Amino acid sequence: MAAALVNVPAKAKRGAVIEIKTLMSHVMEPGYRHTAAGEVVPRDIVTSFTCKFNGAEIFRADLFPAIAANPFLSFFTTASESGRFEFEWIGDNGFVANASAAITVE
Amino acid sequence: MRRGALLAISALLAALSVRASEIPPDQRRSGYSFMSSDTKAMQDDDTANPAMLSVLDGEALWTTKAGVADKACSDCHGDAAGSMKGVAARYPAFDAVSGAPVDLGQRINLCRRDHQQASPFPPESRELLALSAFVARQSRGMPITAGDDPQLKPFVARGRELYTQRQGQLNLACTNCHDDNWDKHLAGSAVTQGQPTGYPIYRLEWQGMGSLQRRLRGCMTGVRAQAFDFDAPDMIALELYLMSRARGMPMDAPAVRP
Repeated sequence: MAAALVNVPAKAKRGAVIEIKTLMSHVMEPGYRHTAAGEVVPRDIVTSFTCKFNGAEIFRADLFPAIAANPFLSFFTTASESGRFEFEWIGDNGFVANASAAITVE
Repeated sequence: MRRGALLAISALLAALSVRASEIPPDQRRSGYSFMSSDTKAMQDDDTANPAMLSVLDGEALWTTKAGVADKACSDCHGDAAGSMKGVAARYPAFDAVSGAPVDLGQRINLCRRDHQQASPFPPESRELLALSAFVARQSRGMPITAGDDPQLKPFVARGRELYTQRQGQLNLACTNCHDDNWDKHLAGSAVTQGQPTGYPIYRLEWQGMGSLQRRLRGCMTGVRAQAFDFDAPDMIALELYLMSRARGMPMDAPAVRP
């Protein structure tokens, strides 16, 4: 049940600085915990986040253990033209989730 | 003269039915009002509120067919935006079959058992919290009406009895903190009034979703008492009393709490 919440302004003025906010649903397992039997619980985290605008990468973050369950990332960019933001989260155990949002620049 | 006497008696009765320590209706405050501006901002923005992830999961489950009957919630209830509006605000509600109140989570599981012929979700499971959060979301902003049903009267009274009963090694009743000391702090945290306006909540301390029952168990452990079992009749009675105590306050589910 991967679900993402993405907040991109639907419209912006050309040249304006806009904030993009993303929230990814992910149950973190930092990889530092042990079971009662002493075995390490395998790590299960989101390891990378990428945001592309019209195909070009504009933001990337590498994530590491014990940052947060359900990582919330927010960043700024300049609205240059109308287009589409594409978001991708990659994690352990083959975790991949995608989302996208469109913006109209006037 | 007679009219004056009647008024005096009714005023006296009203005073007797409200204990001195009870919070007057106009001084009731949701847990939201005790939060920092950062946490309030997190709750107010649906794209920053982590509980909305659970709501999204619940929305997906709402239309997912389950059980032997191969029916989804939406097959009977349709669009939740209409059919579930105000529902969470009146739970726990009286269940005619068992002759006792059931909370929202139990109602969802009863529906699963009776209408979907599916196995119930375990307490505090991701699915049960997601469906509860999705249903509760439909009541956001609506006044709490739980406890209005006259059949619930003895159960509200039982809940109130539990609320005012001292328990645990610290020998504290709920009322000792949440009626008498809600304007103070316990370590760095606000004590709050214990008004359950936003359940299920995303609690920052838990880094996850939880029900009112989980929260109550946390309080009971805090006073070193034996916590009630999930879905125990006394647990439901206490939930019911708390909701009836918050009657008229607006729902802010799914809420974020520290």
